[in-house]
Amino acid sequence: MRVSMDIELKDVPGQMLLALQPLSEFKANLITVLHHHQKRTPRKTVPVQLVLETKPESIEVIKAKLEENGIRVVRVGEHRFRESINVVLIGHVVHTGIQDTIDEIDKTGFAEVVDLSLSMPGIDLLSSALIRIDAVGKEDLQKALDILKTVSARKDLLMVLPIDIQA
Amino acid sequence: MENMKTVHCSILGFGAIGQGVAEVLLMKKEYLKSIGLEVLVVAVVDSKGATVDPAGVDLADCLARKRTKGTVAIEKLTGVEVIRSVSHELVIETTPTNIVTGGAGLQNMLAAFETGKDVVTSNKGPLTLKYRELTKAAKAAGSNFRFEATVGGSMPVINLANEVLAGNRLRSIKGILNGTCNYILTRMLEERASYKDILAESMELGIAETDPTYDVEGIDTACKLVILANAIFGLDVTYKDVEVTGITKITPEALEMAYERGHVIKLIGEVSRERIQVAPRLVPINHPLAVRGTLNVASIDTELAGEITVTGKGAGPIETASAILSDFVAIYGDR
Repeated sequence: MRVSMDIELKDVPGQMLLALQPLSEFKANLITVLHHHQKRTPRKTVPVQLVLETKPESIEVIKAKLEENGIRVVRVGEHRFRESINVVLIGHVVHTGIQDTIDEIDKTGFAEVVDLSLSMPGIDLLSSALIRIDAVGKEDLQKALDILKTVSARKDLLMVLPIDIQA
Repeated sequence: MENMKTVHCSILGFGAIGQGVAEVLLMKKEYLKSIGLEVLVVAVVDSKGATVDPAGVDLADCLARKRTKGTVAIEKLTGVEVIRSVSHELVIETTPTNIVTGGAGLQNMLAAFETGKDVVTSNKGPLTLKYRELTKAAKAAGSNFRFEATVGGSMPVINLANEVLAGNRLRSIKGILNGTCNYILTRMLEERASYKDILAESMELGIAETDPTYDVEGIDTACKLVILANAIFGLDVTYKDVEVTGITKITPEALEMAYERGHVIKLIGEVSRERIQVAPRLVPINHPLAVRGTLNVASIDTELAGEITVTGKGAGPIETASAILSDFVAIYGDR
């Protein structure tokens, strides 16, 4: 699973290495590191945001190890979604299982459907849905759209994507 | 004016566009003279035959006869026969588009190049099917071949990209290249009406054809992308290389939901070296491509100049004839 972690480093050399060592030791896959060197906390430490992919059981162990190394772990959170788009689906959106369509995205762990508007004007008429997908990063968003594309093709749904997205 | 250059030409195809060309030539006679050009139309051909006069046919008379009798035909001659038998240097090819065989247009263009004539056309069919063959034939004959009017009517895309922006590597062109689809989607949103209702309205107003398949299934846009891909990106593609989705499934509810979130749905054609695609897309309301009604728009993504967007009337006889006139001046005007 993917988790985000906010940590604080002392402003002395070698701190980043101490922070990354436990991740490598417990085979966590580091997705992003945002090192806010210019932003100091009131404690004069440097805030760092990490997104990593690891087994759920490793999270507590990594956290303990970081603290053992003198690194303050401020927050361990659910995914930090930074990318978001709207997609329109047209077709028999409900009859072909809207829940299943959403599940396909949600179960990825890196993207999820966070909003849904639905219109069903009549039983024989095409339904329209507008869904909002949040994802951890741009690549993840693209992967989520690829999944949605496959699902839409299978369910004969027309998928209308934003103009700035690679269709 | 000294050094007046007389250009002898034929107009092949005398439907709305051909008549528009005749009107524009009459309208711009003095302007053309002022830049040292005299246009002598030696033949006008429609589907029933031709009117030929090596000394120049009377265009006003041709227009009047077409309106009253439905044809200009005096002699039973086809376009190809006129090309082969009447002396002239330019063929203005405005016969109807046929993307299955290329139609009369393909035969006319090939015959024109065979006989060393220049061609200016608004006819997409032959270019969609046989772009390489045609440009090769034109080159071999030393003929000029220009077709600005095939994409976006009066909106300059091809000449803008190839001439004005010369030397600037282009990354992609995205745009709305079919006014009928744009009209339908605009009206569906404004009226909250179904696709079928607005399509019927468009047919009544003459914006959509009796058989609208070509427009609404995205085929027309795809053909224009093929021309842009070949003429601007130097690719060698045909219609089958384009991924095409039309607008027939778009619902008023989808348009409304998108609008509530700041977007309109537009049929967007997109061409780059990597892909050629036609599909309905969500476009932010304040985006340069979010044009209304029957307008066309194209946004050219350039390496040096960033995005350059042009908007214009994609259809209409006079607008299309304006692109033909600009091609004409580009060939024969003093540069």
